[in-house]
Amino acid sequence: MSEVLLDIQKLGVSISAARVLENVSLQVARGEILGLVGASGSGKSMTALAIMRLLPLAARLTGSVYLEGGLLSAMSDAQLRAVRGGRIGIIFQEPMTALNPLICIGDQVAETVRLHSAAGAAEARALAREALERVGLHGVDGALHRLPYELSGGQRQRVAIAMALVLSPPLVIADEPTTALDVGTQADVLRLLEELVRTRGSGMILVSHDLAVVSQVTDRIAVMRHGEIVEQLPTAELLTREHHPYTQALLAAARLEPKRAPRRPDGAAPVLEARDIVREYPRRRRSFVRRAAPRRAVDGVSVEVHAGETVGLVGESGSGKSSLLRALLALERPQAGEVRLLGEDFGAARGVALRRLRRSIQVVLQDPVGSFDPRWRVERLVAEPYYAFDEPPDAAVLKANVAAALLEVGLCAADGARYPHEFSGGERQRIAIARALILRPAVIAFDEAVSALDVLVRAQILTLLAELADRLQLAYLFVSHDLHVVRAIADRVYVMQQGRIVEQGPTESVFRSPQHAYTRALLAATPQLA
Amino acid sequence: MSGKARGGGAAFAAGATITLAYLVIALIACVWTPHDPTAISIADKLQAPSVHHWFGTDQLGRDVLSMIMAGARNTVGVALLSTLIGAAVGIPLGLIAAAERGVVEELIMRANDLTFAFPALLLAILITAALGPGAVNAVIAIGVFNIPVFARVVRGGARNLWTRDYTLAARVAGKGSARISLEHILPNLATLLVVQGTIQFSLGVIAEAGLSYVGLGAQPPSPSWGRMLNEAQSLTALDPALALFPGGAVVLLVLGLNLLGDGLGRGRGL
Repeated sequence: MSEVLLDIQKLGVSISAARVLENVSLQVARGEILGLVGASGSGKSMTALAIMRLLPLAARLTGSVYLEGGLLSAMSDAQLRAVRGGRIGIIFQEPMTALNPLICIGDQVAETVRLHSAAGAAEARALAREALERVGLHGVDGALHRLPYELSGGQRQRVAIAMALVLSPPLVIADEPTTALDVGTQADVLRLLEELVRTRGSGMILVSHDLAVVSQVTDRIAVMRHGEIVEQLPTAELLTREHHPYTQALLAAARLEPKRAPRRPDGAAPVLEARDIVREYPRRRRSFVRRAAPRRAVDGVSVEVHAGETVGLVGESGSGKSSLLRALLALERPQAGEVRLLGEDFGAARGVALRRLRRSIQVVLQDPVGSFDPRWRVERLVAEPYYAFDEPPDAAVLKANVAAALLEVGLCAADGARYPHEFSGGERQRIAIARALILRPAVIAFDEAVSALDVLVRAQILTLLAELADRLQLAYLFVSHDLHVVRAIADRVYVMQQGRIVEQGPTESVFRSPQHAYTRALLAATPQLA
Repeated sequence: MSGKARGGGAAFAAGATITLAYLVIALIACVWTPHDPTAISIADKLQAPSVHHWFGTDQLGRDVLSMIMAGARNTVGVALLSTLIGAAVGIPLGLIAAAERGVVEELIMRANDLTFAFPALLLAILITAALGPGAVNAVIAIGVFNIPVFARVVRGGARNLWTRDYTLAARVAGKGSARISLEHILPNLATLLVVQGTIQFSLGVIAEAGLSYVGLGAQPPSPSWGRMLNEAQSLTALDPALALFPGGAVVLLVLGLNLLGDGLGRGRGL
């Protein structure tokens, strides 16, 4: 191994009585990219923070961290401030909150330069411009003067990368830098990061829950669990030999084997059917006299879901999948087209008829935190769909049904008395599934339902969903930006781009021989374990 | 409560104690005061505090402590009722504005802006001119001023909550916007509203004192802190203590309410 850049010896962190990190020893050489992988709560982010001593006040740190031979753990706060941002570049997951919304991006990058070097204002701006150009933010007139809200998620992450790399720090720490991004953007950002780090000969630690992402760019991988490193291995050997059981579990979860044998619709009428849906949103008017042409989010889309079938709807953010879903759930009225549920006109139904139809379609949403009223107990949350009945069952039946639904999703009946914040992300998604199941609907729509979960939990939830679909004969409409997830669960798939369906067909044939260029691009961008 | 854990406990406890003490005094004053606060006895005028008259007597020989207590009844009553009026009208308006959006929201919020543009004092003069001065009209004037405050706070909070997925889940269950507003939105705004309520209460105290200072609040002979201050003004050279008691009563109550509001808000991350 070449010269050691970062040397972590027996790093330990405890917060009050809890040991958060234990005996973590890692080395990063110059020019090396190390992946730090583990489920959420495994201590990987804590390790990244501990290196820079950005720990919560109550945390106690043991062990030693050397950067280029200097002992970080012995430095004063002033010395450390010079190291953070100057010698260690940091990139966080959420690019929106990492940037100051009121300062233009050029000034934000220049600020980093001025804080850590003797550069004057003009020199700092020049460096900032150069850094932003290197991450691909150039050409546009006045790119330096744009504010964070004017940029897309991917562009913001590029700004964060420019800030982290503008001073060519010897070490870069990237904590889930692409988790909040689309697949296409994720591939670009990963490639950019790798290229920038390699050309400068810096070292990098890439923290992620997703082995597929990490395996794309790293030289070595360290796997963490419960605050300890269970295994370190060269990335090249990831797929070629036997590993620690936990690494195997992560690998299996990242691979996303198909959860069930695909089934063909039996030719009966579809349970959910949309014809030529058009959904337009008014644009902000620019001129006082002229109304702006509306933005067409969904442009003449037809989809159908048959009984017991799982249909995937894939597309990047902004492709119109969420708008389509809202129309399918009769939450928003499309400008044109019709939605039929169980043969009845769901989109135009009102009052009693609408409520009766609502019993047959339920939804599971992405955000495991925002999906539940924090002041309601789980039993009340799970029973909420019963509102669609004019006369809800009496309390004893309701309680029994709630308990049964909770058992079905792998929770226990006693969980009904608890509040949603007492559960982990994966458990909350189980509660959301219980809420969707309780009325035994014909169709359940999933809006990015596993996107916020880490790989291991995601695999468990997908297995649960496949099992429930088979046992209860449910039809799913599975909306996701993640091709692998859709592939693992869907029988049939629609690919959506800019408000239109560009490709559809049985999942395996679409994935094996994609016809449309957009599908091919999506597939190519999705990180995959070889 | 969690307020204690964050070190705001002492301030919160002080605020709660002060506020509670005023409420108790106002209640007691409804049935009993040491002397009749309206009884004039020129022979006893301008006495210094003594065992018989704890806070002394004023220029007409009335017992100042009894007047302060009766004034507390007035002020606390007016401030409390006007806060309740503001909440009772403003909260539904805010909920409707957030749930309906569009034209309804515009109408409600612009009407709020219009009300907001009038100073409470001007509004009080208008109402007084139309209905005559008095405590009831002071309640109406201050209450109207409270409506847009509650409506705005509720609309802001509710709009944020309407973006949460759980409101979407409730709509999928077939619930309408009125039911979602009552079941999901309002309970989650409760803390915000309690804090805003204490703030409006304290502003109401100041407003009532101001109105009665200019003669638009409770009418004589019913005592009020504002008029006591007004009357004491001409006697500051003779007996400065006369201004001290009603002024101190206002200051202490407002301070107590603000500490209480702070403590309530801090405990719940506001």
